[in-house]
Amino acid sequence: MENFTPYSAFLGGCLIGLSAAVLMLFYGRIAGISGILAHVLNNGQDKSQWRWFFLAGLIGGSLCFNAFFQTTPADYSRSTVLIIISGFLVGIGTRLGSGCTSGHAVCGLARLSKRSFIATLIFMSVALFTVYVTQHIVGIGK
Amino acid sequence: MKKNIAGLLCGILFGLGLSVSHMSNPNKVLAFLDIAGQWDPSLLFVMLGAILTLRVAQQFILKRPQPLYDSQFHIPSSNTIDRRLILGATLFGLGWGLVGFCPGSVLAALSDGKIESFLFTAALCASMMLFRRINKR
Repeated sequence: MENFTPYSAFLGGCLIGLSAAVLMLFYGRIAGISGILAHVLNNGQDKSQWRWFFLAGLIGGSLCFNAFFQTTPADYSRSTVLIIISGFLVGIGTRLGSGCTSGHAVCGLARLSKRSFIATLIFMSVALFTVYVTQHIVGIGK
Repeated sequence: MKKNIAGLLCGILFGLGLSVSHMSNPNKVLAFLDIAGQWDPSLLFVMLGAILTLRVAQQFILKRPQPLYDSQFHIPSSNTIDRRLILGATLFGLGWGLVGFCPGSVLAALSDGKIESFLFTAALCASMMLFRRINKR
């Protein structure tokens, strides 16, 4: 566990929770990123412009972090084919299952939703299994 | 316009949260999912921080008759476990485990300027639009 960073992880988590709370206070909606993204892609012209601002803020917030605090750039690489397959699976899966890590595993669990609990259990288990197979059996991925 | 500033603020907080916790780095996410390797439980602490903060805050927020900018709260209330949920979560888990990006983390990772995050975002958006077209029929 040499890479374990409990403090920054917990602090970052609190910021995500705070973001979801402020969103609920102002707009009365949950901070599910897949839902927000799908909404702007499919109903871009409607009056819910705050979603565009949210997405811009998300990218801007991490740009600011990188500009001020990131000393070493993130180091990872993936094959193009793997990225595209994964992106499609995540897009279709989060639409079909009505949520992703933020919508189900944060907002859903915070309100003790049975549906989100089951969804989180399933996608965590499948992801754990997938990583086991790709990292330890066939050796693709990282 | 004024009503969009809160959305921008929420986005900034979310992006900062993903960056501070290093969840925008897919290797950090895979290190959490790789329990048979050098396991890194950080993601669990991210979830813990987020869930606790939201849990406490929403106790107060949901006592209000309505949100500040809307006439009612739109909180999902369904408890139905159907095939769509199960299949959807399975496909998402598979995609998430293959690379380590989820919809939030990949948007935050765009700021690294690496080709991986742009390609993934393009595939993600394309599949969401495709899903909408198929689902409409």
